[in-house]
Amino acid sequence: MAAISREEVAHLARLSRLAVTEEELDTFAGQLDVILQAVAQVGEVAAADIPPTSHSVPLTNIFREDVVTPCLTPEEALSGAPDAEDQRFRVPRILSEDVAS
Amino acid sequence: MTTTLPAYDEVVARFEPVIGLETHVELGTNTKMFCGCPTDFGGEPNTRVCPVCLGLPGSLPVANKAAIEAIIRIGLALNCSIAEWCRFARKNYFYPDMPKNFQISQYDEPICVDGYLDVEVGGETVRIEIERVHLEEDTGKTLHVGGATGRIHGATESLVDYNRAGIPLVEIVTKPITGTGALAPDVAKAYVAELRDVIRTLGVSDVRMEEGSLRCDVNTSLNLPGAEWGTRTETKNVNSLRSVERAVRSEMLRQASVLDAGGRITQETRHFHEDTGDTTPGRSKETATDYRYFPEPDLVPIAPDPAWVAELKAALPELPRVHRRRLQQQWGLSDLDMQSVLNAGAVELIEATVAAGTTPAAARKWWLGELSRRANESGVELAEIGATPAQVAELQGLVDAGKLNDKMARTVLEGVVDGEGSPTEIMTNRGLEVVSDTGALTAAVDEAIAANPGIADKIRSGKVAAVGALVGAVMKTTRGQADAKTLRELILERLGVQG
Repeated sequence: MAAISREEVAHLARLSRLAVTEEELDTFAGQLDVILQAVAQVGEVAAADIPPTSHSVPLTNIFREDVVTPCLTPEEALSGAPDAEDQRFRVPRILSEDVAS
Repeated sequence: MTTTLPAYDEVVARFEPVIGLETHVELGTNTKMFCGCPTDFGGEPNTRVCPVCLGLPGSLPVANKAAIEAIIRIGLALNCSIAEWCRFARKNYFYPDMPKNFQISQYDEPICVDGYLDVEVGGETVRIEIERVHLEEDTGKTLHVGGATGRIHGATESLVDYNRAGIPLVEIVTKPITGTGALAPDVAKAYVAELRDVIRTLGVSDVRMEEGSLRCDVNTSLNLPGAEWGTRTETKNVNSLRSVERAVRSEMLRQASVLDAGGRITQETRHFHEDTGDTTPGRSKETATDYRYFPEPDLVPIAPDPAWVAELKAALPELPRVHRRRLQQQWGLSDLDMQSVLNAGAVELIEATVAAGTTPAAARKWWLGELSRRANESGVELAEIGATPAQVAELQGLVDAGKLNDKMARTVLEGVVDGEGSPTEIMTNRGLEVVSDTGALTAAVDEAIAANPGIADKIRSGKVAAVGALVGAVMKTTRGQADAKTLRELILERLGVQG
């Protein structure tokens, strides 16, 4: 059985606002399936005595002090933006109100 | 809309409300959550940004220690357990208010869990259970242009300022609050007020609702007694304590009218409108949110040292509830009197006035009397009325020194609220000082006695109560600038009568 369905790929594409054709759905579903199968193989090795890993380095509590450091100038900040107006990034409107918080 | 809303009393007689509150608090750290950009309010657009908070390739976040400390202190003040180990998570979504296309937040491993906050409502203590307190980063500000309204609908473009993006944001989530019945709106307001006071006492945020450093989302549902909980709506954009209460109340009424008409409640986000007190629908949640959370690979886990947590706990300041109880005792107030001080938002104001040298009774009289009345009339919080505790103390000082009588003091206080200056300045400018020149006063008294021989005889013959008429007459000629008590004594003395 495939690890990821064609419908799931379509769903992910929609969430990422990617226009994916019917043909591409088949292609990507197949490719993603190969990747997920490979990951699943690694997963099989993990026994109960091996805790899940989220980080490759065994570190905790890496903090910085609350001290201000220099910022970019607005010109630098906007230099890579496709478009700007009134010193703000200018982007096409996004209708979905899927805002954070 | 032409639908008539049912009466509130009738709604709470038939339905049981369940509410829940999600509160966001911007921390007052010097720098952002994951980079060294400053966090001050305001500033020209995109002047407080760097590669980290702009999400530029190759940049890496590092957690702000002061923010971690602040959230642990908040968790402890809210009686939470502090996680021994937890992680940040990526919340993925497609919206330009975060340049990374995700927000760093916490998901299934919040840093503080299972706490509570006791609040007082109508003389009763209500325990609000806290589900979780977690840390995330604030978003940038988007401005929608191209449409007529400035709202996203109709706009063609958005302009984005990332100054606010990355400011540490603490999210505090209650468990569902049940069994509060008709008091649900008051409980919601009291909870947010108490939470604000706790956080202000900790000194970790300025918690100003009008500037957005404290923001509140309110979940509301209704169910029939004994039935399962109803479908809830989430009301956003609730930007004052008064609005918290109004938002719950208006949503209860709206839901009741939908249910009465045989309709069903849609699970959705609604927006509160300050001007009308209504909510209108926003995004429907049924189609929506798949944030694909996963552990943030660029940040290492947090494992607070238990000794550090114990140290922070031991160093917590006296919390507002305990503090209030101590003040209540010092001021000699009943529970009911203390509750009205609390409801008026006057605890800190009275405390500061007392600290400036006024008696508790006098401080309370001004703040709950004249000043509360003025605040109600103009619809502002008492603290924003324009009179400071120092000015109130100065005013009372003038009364105590016999320079102002009560009526004149009220006039002066009106002037203070209207921004005319300090009490002493207003007293001088308006020529309001009590006439204490006994010579002038005696002359005025003699004049009044001569002009009212009948009344004078009555008093001489023992009807001391008639003295009020002469006091009134002298007050008239001195334009109210005499002290009534002194005047009364002086009149009796001139008539040779014992008070």
